[in-house]
Amino acid sequence: MYRYDEFDHQFVRERTAQFRDQADRRMAGTLSEDEFRPLRLMNGLYLQLHAYMLRVAIPYGTLSSRQMRQLGMIADRYDKGYGHFTTRQNIQYNWIKLEDAADILQALADVEMHAIQTSGNCIRNVTTDHWAGAAADEITDPRPVGELIRQWSSLHPEFSFLPRKFKIAITGAPHDRAAVKVHDIGMRLHRNDRGEAGWEVMVGGGQGRTPMIAVTVRDFLPEKELIPYLEAIMRVYNLYGRRDNKYKARIKILVHEIGAEKFRSEVEAEYARHPHQQTQVEQRELARISAYFADPKFEKLSRFAPAFEDAKRSNPQFARWAKNNLATHKTDGYAIVNISLKAPGEIPGDATGEQMRVMADLAERYSHDELRVSHAQNIVLPHVRLNDVFAVWQKLAEHGLAAANYGLAGDIIACPGLDYCSLATARSIPIAQAISRRFADFDREQNIGNIKINISGCINACGHHHVGHIGILGLDKAGEEYYQITLGGSSSENAAIGTILGPGFAFEDVPDVIEKILNTYLAQRADGEEFLATYRRIGAKPFKEALYAAA
Amino acid sequence: MPLLKNNAFVTDDWVHLADEESVADQQRVTVSVERLVREWDDLVNFPGLLGVRLSNTSKEHDLSPFVPQLALIVLPFPAFADGRSYSIARQLRLDGYQSELRATGNILPDQLQFMLQVGFDAFEVTDRFPLDAWTKAARQMSLAYQRGLFRKAGEREVWSERHQGFTAWEEQPHAG
Amino acid sequence: MSEVEKGQVMTANRLRDGEVVFLTRAGVWSEKIDDAVLALEPQAKAALETRAADDVRNTLVTGHYLFDAERINGRIRASHFRERVRTLGPSVRPDLGKQANGNAGGFPVFKD
Repeated sequence: MYRYDEFDHQFVRERTAQFRDQADRRMAGTLSEDEFRPLRLMNGLYLQLHAYMLRVAIPYGTLSSRQMRQLGMIADRYDKGYGHFTTRQNIQYNWIKLEDAADILQALADVEMHAIQTSGNCIRNVTTDHWAGAAADEITDPRPVGELIRQWSSLHPEFSFLPRKFKIAITGAPHDRAAVKVHDIGMRLHRNDRGEAGWEVMVGGGQGRTPMIAVTVRDFLPEKELIPYLEAIMRVYNLYGRRDNKYKARIKILVHEIGAEKFRSEVEAEYARHPHQQTQVEQRELARISAYFADPKFEKLSRFAPAFEDAKRSNPQFARWAKNNLATHKTDGYAIVNISLKAPGEIPGDATGEQMRVMADLAERYSHDELRVSHAQNIVLPHVRLNDVFAVWQKLAEHGLAAANYGLAGDIIACPGLDYCSLATARSIPIAQAISRRFADFDREQNIGNIKINISGCINACGHHHVGHIGILGLDKAGEEYYQITLGGSSSENAAIGTILGPGFAFEDVPDVIEKILNTYLAQRADGEEFLATYRRIGAKPFKEALYAAA
Repeated sequence: MPLLKNNAFVTDDWVHLADEESVADQQRVTVSVERLVREWDDLVNFPGLLGVRLSNTSKEHDLSPFVPQLALIVLPFPAFADGRSYSIARQLRLDGYQSELRATGNILPDQLQFMLQVGFDAFEVTDRFPLDAWTKAARQMSLAYQRGLFRKAGEREVWSERHQGFTAWEEQPHAG
Repeated sequence: MSEVEKGQVMTANRLRDGEVVFLTRAGVWSEKIDDAVLALEPQAKAALETRAADDVRNTLVTGHYLFDAERINGRIRASHFRERVRTLGPSVRPDLGKQANGNAGGFPVFKD
């Protein structure tokens, strides 16, 4: 993993001192709230429903055990003993005091972390595949480029007051686990006929109130041109993105309003207009960063791990968990361990300080000191020897972290919703809890198979409801919580925006509604067909009939 | 409004003309960009120093024929969160404009360093903040990751320092 | 028959720690909605607005606004479910927030 050098350390130290000074000036009254707001937001500090909320960046979702332990310490010392892992691979704390915020940033800086640009109208934390560097299907680990983008975008003087927030996601694998097509910029690394690596650059995807799939502006951008090309895209957006209406200020609206062709030609014109600095420095920097992401020293192991096979035979519970929560590692004898933070009835993405320490200890002992946060709000131990997996599972089980539902109905993405968020129009978490309880029976959940149920508590769509196979959107209808259902969304390489099924439902009825939808799928599916495939084959009609005809 | 330049408040010796005011007998004037374009044939013969006030929706490339004749360009910040002028400033500097580039409008001390980095060198600021608030804010960060910035506040470029000897500019536009 | 009076309550977050607070008749901020003054008339609402704006300037609180509330048998309750969550704490964590520290007031649960 990446380690800070003296420059990175100094940069974050100075930024922390700058924020301490800003917070002090705010508390002393020499900065007004209007002036302080954009400054605190650029350091991840929000004012939420109950208190201040601090969002900490976890660049490209990668953490060391030391960093995870520090996150646990912050949860215990400055918050109420827990934190919430978000759909942007970050963590947020819900009960922060303004007077503690600078000390927390200092504690983060101590372990090479920060909260820079986790909010505000600037380039946000870059996200990527949570299995990067471990996945069997990967072409190249995208994280070195993620780190390059992190540095380039940090306090970028030209792009810190954009029309609106700006999210970049990248992937280095053909199977898109980073939802790149629903980001402001999505990039997919691939190789051309000559074996050279380059980026497909996609622009203008997004969720929120106007969900859109990104359009490709460059099929193959040579790797070394990345930073100058990103600058051209950002400049076009900064100059021409709408600022008259915050709901129309994202780059997707600009791309949509002027058209993909016109947008592309504006970017190419801007790109061609100025001579570029030679990009050898970026190349050398990328090479320097890449060295930090070299594979750990994997042992030469057999694909067959006898201790692992024995443990599965003798422990059916373990076998069930292993079936769902392990993914194929690129190295024989290793597995990717997915820790579900979605135990039935629990709050999706929440972990206690103690759980964070347990996961940190496991990473240190069994996973080459690495953890990942996934955009589906789970934690990944990327490099575990198959023969160690049983020991890992036992420890997870002792701490409520062994839910065997990874990728299944209970593995729900949910934003904090109205329980915490001041923008929310309805609650999301209790809906997720009720659904995960409803499908807690292992055999039933297994029978339903892979499905993504995503819940947002408002139209801003932090819970990714548009791209859920089943999406649930919480609204306020005449003072009551009310939930709209969409079907058929996807965030993968076959990205699609879900279609609204019909009139919404009351809070209490949502679990029944989901059950009817899933029963319809079970009745209609062909052999081995997953939910999304069935929906794409049979369309919305049978689901509508199940929900509305009988009523 | 105090004018901040080179870490000091200075007197503004420019006259900012409304469109109907005459340039006669003036030494240094700014005019609106609309007037500049409209009256260019006359203004090009103005014996004093000529400047222009842009709106932040002006297309900078529309200005390029005039840029070599200009001694001052004023860019507005109608709200401190409206960041268009950062990009216009960057474009002007990338295109080789070397005279004074002035920011006016809603500017916070905490934004001063960003403005210096994209090439502004003069600032019409509110009198709410004392001079030391500005001078301190201008050097809050001693490092920047981005390359090719204006570094009047003395900050260092991280990437260039990490890879010494690879800091020159390419002479040729890229073949892209 | 319980008597219901409808009006508005002024709320904000305390600047230093973010705690949700309500403006009282005495013109100070309380953590408990039951202490709040329920403004019934436009004049009373305007007075709360003025007082809150002063305290924002004096860096006591931030993010102030009026919300609809009602007095039922002498106890105040937010009219809308959003404000109820804010006066109580997260509905999914009854162990946290005002509902857990004795500041919930007379209507301590999200739903009846």
